[in-house]
Amino acid sequence: MNKKIILFLKGVVDIVPLLIPVIPFGIILGAIGVELGFSPLETFATSLIIFGGASQIVFLQIISGGASLLITITSTFVVNSRHLLYGASFSEYLKNLSLGWKILLSYFLTDQAFAVSNIYFEKNKDEKLKHYYLLGSGFFLWFIWQIATLIGIFLGSIVPEKLGLAYAVPLTFIALLVNYFRKIDHLIIILISGCLSILLFNAPLKSYIILSSLISLSLAFLIISLKKKEDKK
Amino acid sequence: MIWYGIFISGILNFFTKFLSLSFFDAIKISPKVKQLLIYVPSAVFPAIIFPGILLDINGSFDLENNPKILASIIAIITAIISKNIVSTIFAGLAVYWLIIFI
Repeated sequence: MNKKIILFLKGVVDIVPLLIPVIPFGIILGAIGVELGFSPLETFATSLIIFGGASQIVFLQIISGGASLLITITSTFVVNSRHLLYGASFSEYLKNLSLGWKILLSYFLTDQAFAVSNIYFEKNKDEKLKHYYLLGSGFFLWFIWQIATLIGIFLGSIVPEKLGLAYAVPLTFIALLVNYFRKIDHLIIILISGCLSILLFNAPLKSYIILSSLISLSLAFLIISLKKKEDKK
Repeated sequence: MIWYGIFISGILNFFTKFLSLSFFDAIKISPKVKQLLIYVPSAVFPAIIFPGILLDINGSFDLENNPKILASIIAIITAIISKNIVSTIFAGLAVYWLIIFI
């Protein structure tokens, strides 16, 4: 078989375990979009165009709460800023690719595709075709995400409101923090950000997500600086 | 307006990845910035979690007979023990529906 296809398929296979949580998340997103009052087309467009689970939920939730476009976009951007790290980590491996490839891979880059590809890239630095691996893992997640969103959109229009599907939003975000609850520094930031969001909930323009995120990140910066000093001692 | 939002957010999301992939060099980025980006989920997600659980639609505290609180505590305990996204969601939803329907 062609080497490109083998690498593409390897990416597909390796990302499968990480898709298990992606499927219910996509379904929840589709259902929530419809429940919040968005049309099926608008909900699906967020998956196709924004393509980032957490960002999409923040987007739908804030804009349906009556926030301005600027606040909605900024809040979505804050959620997304972690992707800066992914792109930067891969730039070294992918610097020789054409512009078209970079555009394609940037679109398909997600938390999960980053996680598997980063491991593969580190082990196969000299593999010239390694970008096919990222394409395989990124594309397959994208494909599953679109399908899951469609299922959710369909279910959302038939699931009774009594089930309280809106609770799935905070619950999903709790689940996305599973790796951080055991780390004391992260736990501090989580609690501070949470308390701030309650205190600032009625701040003008629905800016509570941006404000509590930025204040908590400043505190995180302080923690990093203090840790560095500790390490130097 | 929603469509503008979707397109602009989509473009911004894309460029966050594209520009960093094309022009940033991970080696040159200060380690402090790298570390800070790791804290983004911990700093951002609670701002969605806490109001979603503790406040009602009008933004007032909703602490009495609120099934979301117990369900979320169980979900967090499950998250700490299992470190598994799916079981955390299922544990939370199971407790939530159990309280609502019984």
